[in-house]
Amino acid sequence: MTALAQRFLASELFHNYRRNASAIIGSLIVLFFAGMITIGPWVVAQDPYDVAQLELLDSFKPPVWLEGGSPQYWLGTDGQGRDVLASIVYGSRISLFIGLTAMIGSCLIGTTLGLLAGFYGGRLDSVIMRIADIQLSFPSVLTALFLMSAFGTGVEKVLIALISVGWVVYARTVRGSTLRETQKEYIQAARVSGLPNAKIILRHVLPNVLTPLIVVATIQVGTFVLIEASLSFLGVGVPITKPSLGLLIKNGFDVLFSGLWWISVFPGLFIMLIVFGINLLGDFLRDELNPRLK
Amino acid sequence: MFGYLIKRLIQMIVVLWVVSVLVFAMMSFTGDPTYMMVPLDATEEQIAQARRLLGLDESHLVQYWRFLLNVLQGDFGRSFVFRQPALQLILERLPATLEIVFLAMVIALVVAIPLGVYAGANPGRPLSRAVMAGSLVGISLPGFWVGMVLIFVFAVRFQFFPSSGRGPTTELFGLRVSFTSWEGFRHLILPAITLSIGTLAILMRIIRAEMMEVMKQDYIKFARAKGAAQKGVLFKHGLKNALIPLVTVFGLMLGDLIAFATLTETIFAWPGIGKLLVDSIYRGDRPVIVVYLMFVAFMFVVVNFVVDVLYALIDPRIKIK
Repeated sequence: MTALAQRFLASELFHNYRRNASAIIGSLIVLFFAGMITIGPWVVAQDPYDVAQLELLDSFKPPVWLEGGSPQYWLGTDGQGRDVLASIVYGSRISLFIGLTAMIGSCLIGTTLGLLAGFYGGRLDSVIMRIADIQLSFPSVLTALFLMSAFGTGVEKVLIALISVGWVVYARTVRGSTLRETQKEYIQAARVSGLPNAKIILRHVLPNVLTPLIVVATIQVGTFVLIEASLSFLGVGVPITKPSLGLLIKNGFDVLFSGLWWISVFPGLFIMLIVFGINLLGDFLRDELNPRLK
Repeated sequence: MFGYLIKRLIQMIVVLWVVSVLVFAMMSFTGDPTYMMVPLDATEEQIAQARRLLGLDESHLVQYWRFLLNVLQGDFGRSFVFRQPALQLILERLPATLEIVFLAMVIALVVAIPLGVYAGANPGRPLSRAVMAGSLVGISLPGFWVGMVLIFVFAVRFQFFPSSGRGPTTELFGLRVSFTSWEGFRHLILPAITLSIGTLAILMRIIRAEMMEVMKQDYIKFARAKGAAQKGVLFKHGLKNALIPLVTVFGLMLGDLIAFATLTETIFAWPGIGKLLVDSIYRGDRPVIVVYLMFVAFMFVVVNFVVDVLYALIDPRIKIK
């Protein structure tokens, strides 16, 4: 393990990382959120979904620096006396859980299909790629919205909708790299030596097509957080019992016109922050891993 | 060229056919609309009769065939809620959506082109870095949230602009538009800005990347060597060539704008097809959802087709096979 760590510390990637301010800011933001979703619930004073801990008298308190604010609730409270900051901590867990899980699911399915399409070619390839083409001609938000309108709300339904729009980009990337790799001599050698196809794909093709996926996967988490927020804002995403950041914005929107801005503005700021951090990291990785685009 | 057009045309029809199958499947396997049509206290018999009348007792294949025949004749059924032909509902609301989509696109282009050109031609300068950072923030923002913040600041706090709805409309070339009057235009500004943010940010990044690529070419060096002014080099030689790939993303841009219009229209209570879709989803108004999907699919397919043909016409280096 230490050898691996040493190799990483001596690598060009790490060398450039240390000199890239935006990459460092990006990872700090991501680390901050990682801390928030793991230990956050033990840090904030209130569990906003435990009714016993809510104080209705404390509803609609503004943030602490405004008149009428209370030091107990830094970012104010909503109509049920829920601490906005605590809601954000719990909401980030749901948003990021959905973003990460859907990314992993899309990556697994898309990579598998891409490998199969690129390696075997033929009819399988054209069927998979035609489906991908048709899907790409629709914006993902719209496709996800239609799927959700058919499914109804629910965390697992959001996951299915996101994976259904997310696999395409992996399938296309992996198929392209697989086509290139299978032309190379080492794959031909493996074929001649009588290795079963499954082994060639998993042992030899797969490791060589993974690098470009790192960038795609990183950025996709951010995209998924945004799409999930949009769906939940429209009321077809997560159920009210599992409020993600997007649903918090929706709940705050109803009282925005009365001037109660903090309930919806802060969750949005946190969405922006996490997606921005992820994008900073993604941009750095793209520049490093695809030197062609530099 | 002719062969290519025919091939693309067949492709378009196949895509639309696949979409029609998917839409039909999605709609038939997600619940029975009979219950939307009959009174709550209907008897089993009445329900069965309604199902027969609606043709829902037949096999899915027969139902699909009838659906396809109707769609080909432009008949998408009537809205359960409005009791009007669903297609007519969409067409009535289309101008409102096109209006904000069009203005958003203009805003995005007007802002993104100069900034993108500058950042691409002068990489490393403070302003270029600011442009890049700004565009990254732009793509990280939830667009609907920006709309909310704009409403809060400009409509609730300062009351510069109205917070929702569409202003008075006038007829222009047979379309009902609202940008012709000041009051109508005032209603248009906040939704259009909200909608433009995402596209604006992406455009800036694309133009910058293209400009950086173009500025490395020999013809730019040559133009500079012969002493052409910086402005001429940037816009006549640089931008002109950087814009060509931009044509290909036009279809994607339009798609995104139409998609995000659902959110923008919901926030601003803008009476376009996006809000109609969201409302219809809430109400389970299936015919409207179907016609929206088919209509938007048709629009995207046509736009992408036109874009591909245009691309080949603009850039003589591309040979159509």
